[in-house]
Parts: sequence; C-alpha cells; structure tokens
Amino acid sequence: MSSDLKMADPGPTGRFGEFGGMYVPESLVPACAEVERFFRSAWQDPAFRGRLDALLADYAGRPTPLTRAERLSEALGVDVFLKREDLTHTGSHKINNVLGQGLLTLAMGKKRMVAETGAGQHGVATATAAALFGLECVVYMGEVDTERQALNVFRMKLLGARVEPVRSGSRTLKDAVNEAMRDWVATVEDTHYCLGSVMGPHPYPWMVREFQSVIGNEAREQCRKVLGGADPDFVVACVGGGSNAAGTFAGFVSTRARLVGVEAAGGAAVGRGIPGVLHGMRSYLLQDEWGQILEAESISAGLDYPGIGPEHAWLADAGRAEYHSASDAEVLDALKLLARTEGIIPALEPAHALAWLVRATRDGIVPAGSTVMMTLSGRGDKDAETVMGLLQEGSV
Amino acid sequence: MTSPGVAVEPHLRCAREAGRKILVTYMTGGLVADWVRYVEAMADAGADAVEIGIPFSDPVMDGPTIQEASGAALARGVTPASILDDVARAQVEVPLVAMTYYNLVARAGHVRFARQLAASGVRGAIVADIPLEESAGWEADAGESGVETVLLAAPVSSDDRLAEICRRSHGFVYGVNVMGVTGERARLSTSAEILAKRLKAVTDLPVVMGFGVSTPEQAATVAAYADGAVVASALMRMVLAGAGPAEVADTVKAFRAAIG
Repeated sequence: MSSDLKMADPGPTGRFGEFGGMYVPESLVPACAEVERFFRSAWQDPAFRGRLDALLADYAGRPTPLTRAERLSEALGVDVFLKREDLTHTGSHKINNVLGQGLLTLAMGKKRMVAETGAGQHGVATATAAALFGLECVVYMGEVDTERQALNVFRMKLLGARVEPVRSGSRTLKDAVNEAMRDWVATVEDTHYCLGSVMGPHPYPWMVREFQSVIGNEAREQCRKVLGGADPDFVVACVGGGSNAAGTFAGFVSTRARLVGVEAAGGAAVGRGIPGVLHGMRSYLLQDEWGQILEAESISAGLDYPGIGPEHAWLADAGRAEYHSASDAEVLDALKLLARTEGIIPALEPAHALAWLVRATRDGIVPAGSTVMMTLSGRGDKDAETVMGLLQEGSV
Repeated sequence: MTSPGVAVEPHLRCAREAGRKILVTYMTGGLVADWVRYVEAMADAGADAVEIGIPFSDPVMDGPTIQEASGAALARGVTPASILDDVARAQVEVPLVAMTYYNLVARAGHVRFARQLAASGVRGAIVADIPLEESAGWEADAGESGVETVLLAAPVSSDDRLAEICRRSHGFVYGVNVMGVTGERARLSTSAEILAKRLKAVTDLPVVMGFGVSTPEQAATVAAYADGAVVASALMRMVLAGAGPAEVADTVKAFRAAIG
C-alpha cells in the first residue's frame, strides 16, 4: 500500500494524474479562476479559517462524535466506528462545504448562490448557509428528485430559497448540474456557484475536498484515541460525486488504512465507467460508445450521478482507494440493520457503505476482528417516505 | 490529398473582401429525417457557412430551443457517425462547421473524430465546452486532418486571452454576444458591440458574432460591428414547430437581406 501518496493541492491546472482539469466554456474561465484565487488565499488566511472553524463549532455542531457501534459490531464480527455526520446541523456532511463556500461568496463580494441538488441535502445546506449569510439562493433540482424528496423541497423554501425543478434530460442530479451551470454563465457577475461535491471544474474538486477534510481529520484523531494510537484497518464511505468520501479519505490517506468507496450499483462510475469529460472535469463516466452520458439509476437520489469526482478516479487508478458497489436491496437491508442494532436510521447514501461492509464481512474481505471506520454521512429522515414505499411494496 | 467540402477561412475572407457581411446559420444534425435538405436550403438562401450541430446528451452552453432540438435528434437515434454519413451527401458550396461538445470528440479520439469530419466534408469545428487551456491537443489533431478549429471569445475574456484566442482560432473567431447560453433574446446586450470591437482591434480573422441573434434587425446590428452573425435558435424554433426547408429558407433570406 502506497501510504506516501497524498491528497494534495493539484496546482493551477487542477489535475489529479490524468483526471480533473477545467473543461468549461470560455465564458466561465474568469469565474473559475476567481474562485480559485479567492479560495487559495482564504485557505491560507488564519482569519478566514478562524471564522469557518467557529461556524463549524457553534453553528454546525462540530466536532461530530465517533460512535462505537457495539451491537452492529457484534452482528458483523468486526469493530465498527461511525463518524456521525448525521448529527450536524441540517443532518448531513453537506453543511461543512456550504459554510466554507458561503464565506467565500461573501469574500468575493457576491450576493447570490446557485446550487444543484440530488437528494436535497446539499440544496438544504446551501439554502441554510444563504439564510445565515443573507444571500439570495436558487437551487436546481431534477423534477424526479423534487417528487421523491418533497420534504427537502419544502425545507429549502422555508429557508427562503427558490427551488427550480429541472425538466431536461433525465430530470435528476446531472441535469440539475447542467441547469446550475447555465444559470451561472449568465449571472456570474454577482453569483457564486456553490457546487456540492468533489466534482466540476478546477478548483471545485480540490476546494470541496478541503472543506470536507474536517471529517477525516477529526475521525483520525478520534480513532487514535479509542484505538490506543492505532489507525483503523478499513475506512469506508459512500460515493456519488464523492465529497464525504474525499473528506474522509483525506484524513486517512497517509495511514495504513484500506480506503473503500461504495457507489450505487446503478451509478457505479468507477466500476462501469469510461474516462470522459462532463461538468467541467475529466473522470470516469457512465457513457455509451458515442460519448453520450447514460442515466444513473438508484433508489438514492444523492448517488444518482453518472460520474465520480476526479480525485477518486485518480485514487482508484493509483490503487490507493478501492471502489465497490451495493445494490438497492442490499442497501435497504443495511438500513434496517443499523436502525435495529444501533437505533440510528441512516440516509440511503451511507447505507450503501454499510451494505458493502455487511457483504465484505460475510465474504471474508474484511476479516473478523478488523477495525472499521465508516462515515455516516447523513440521517435518514429525508428518505423515510421512500423507504416506507419500498418496504410496503414488499421489495424487502 | 484533397478533402471534400469547402475550407472555412478562405471562403469567409473572400466574402468579406467582396464587401459582403457573413451569415452563418445552424442546423441540428438529425433533427428530422430530411435534415440535410434544410442545410442545402440555408446555403441556397444565402448562408455563407452552415454549422452542423452534433447533439450531446448534456449541452450546458445551450438554451431551451437547442436543448429541445438536441434531445429530439437523440431520441430519433442519431449518432455522430449517422449525422456525418448524412452530411457527406449534402449538395452545398459553402463551408460546413461542426458544433459540438468535447466528450463526443474525446470518446471517438481526436484523430478519428477529425478524420471523420474531414471525410464528410465538414472542414471546421466548434467545441463549445473547452477553453484554451484544454483545447491545444484537439486543435493540433484537427489541423492535421484539415479541420479548422473555431474558438469562442467571451465578453469576460481578458485582453490577453482574446489575443491568444484570435491567434489560435482558424476559419473565423466566434464572438459570444452575451454572458449566458444560446437562445433568442428580445434585445442584445451592449456586451456584443464591445466584444466585436475588441476582437476587430486585435485580429484580421473574420469575426462572427453569435448567441441571442433572434431577428434580422439584430443580425444587422451585430454584423455592422463585426464581419457577420450566427443565427441558430430562431431557425431551430421554426423547424421544431414543423416548418419545412422552403419556409426556413425564406427566413434565412430575410436575415441575408438585412445584414447586407
């Protein structure tokens, strides 16, 4: 295992090996350059870092606990520790990124944020940050997702955001990104695009990973405390675009832990994708022989994305992280298992990480007695209706 | 080796030297079964070049009309190869320029894509979603196959970038009138005039302005600042509404008459 490999600053070209880059129309080049310039300087500015840390602590509720999942561990025969991003304000790790980008929006002197959302968690988080900072907010959400995440649509509206249902293409997350980019290109003078994952053109994959690295940095120290100075054997997180996984891995990439990202079986960009260019980045994409992007399909709106962040593509090719997938049925089983053994109802997204762990312990890929740190990226309230429907259909 | 089709830059320079403003029209490849007849009708009606849209599933630079046209063409099952097969049979004496997105080029491979364009008589290409930083490899591979890469310049491009764009662009330089996506607009922003004049000040290449050109009057206005104008969504809206080649040709004639 090459533990000397680092998740570093990709430099001005935004490359992670052959992945990443900045594939945007000429009209967006100055805007991306501006975001990079402001982020680069803010990230080195103790005053900015101090403001962000204070917000993460006093507003978002950090540090989040690391919970030893005793009954789950007993059921699986391994020692499982859960990084509880579900306990943050707004109920998912997305808040870490939007507080950072919200402060950056203020620093750039912009008055408006646009965002895409799939499951609605990033939309809710962006609407929250916009309310907190007094910014106008428009969230683009695929029409299919507005239907399966109606509660989050209502929450965003309550927070003062405008939610624009996207009716083009597959009417899910990738189309919401298209529409947010179309808005941004026309409004870039006063608008920041608050991208929600480690994807898109440079500097977003790097910047969002840095804003999310608080997850991995906290978890590493917390693990060392409970493991007598040791690091876990496995670090597991779910991957759509891959922001919670990138933030988690950033804290463990220099340790001996095996890093595992779990994609939805219907959106497995590393498993079934081919390198290509979409949404400003070069990465693994689900696409046909001509280069048309295919629609990802998952019960989890948050993982319904045909690509993956470019740094993950690079970690996969470098062999530093491995990527697996979990099927919808496995995910529902895992969700029920965590609910019944730990009294925690996870969102469908992190239930993918657990679903892989269940299978991997059964198959001996994760040997009995291993220590496992798993990021529980969000809570399950938003999915209650979806899960209820699936369980009533008798599909589990 | 002589390629089929008409080279872009000499043709447009000739038009300009003859005192004529350049009119570029657009047709989404494969939008309807007889789509090549629209290309021919546009050329016959006075277009100096015709862009052939090769539709992509995720056209982020396009507004609702071109999105709808792209979606409709893809729903008919067209592919880049089927479009190029069709276009190879077009009877036109003006240059054809592909308008597409980078993933289709990358998937085929630069060299293969460029050769397919050239073999079909498409001698220019616009790849809407890559900037200078990512396009040098494609520009070189396209050039080797005799395909001229037309670069886009934006109202927010710095002076240095405009100079670089003009230095590297072939065929013509495409000035983007407005910050935003393609599509019709009631009035054109002042950014069009400013950009056209900035471009004219730094290049001898033909400067053609596009995005948002909805009426013959608007086309005449932007063409006056530059060397010509591109008309796309206004024509695709007609095709989507069921207009035939002759009807679209009448509209192209009106644009032609207006810009001079």
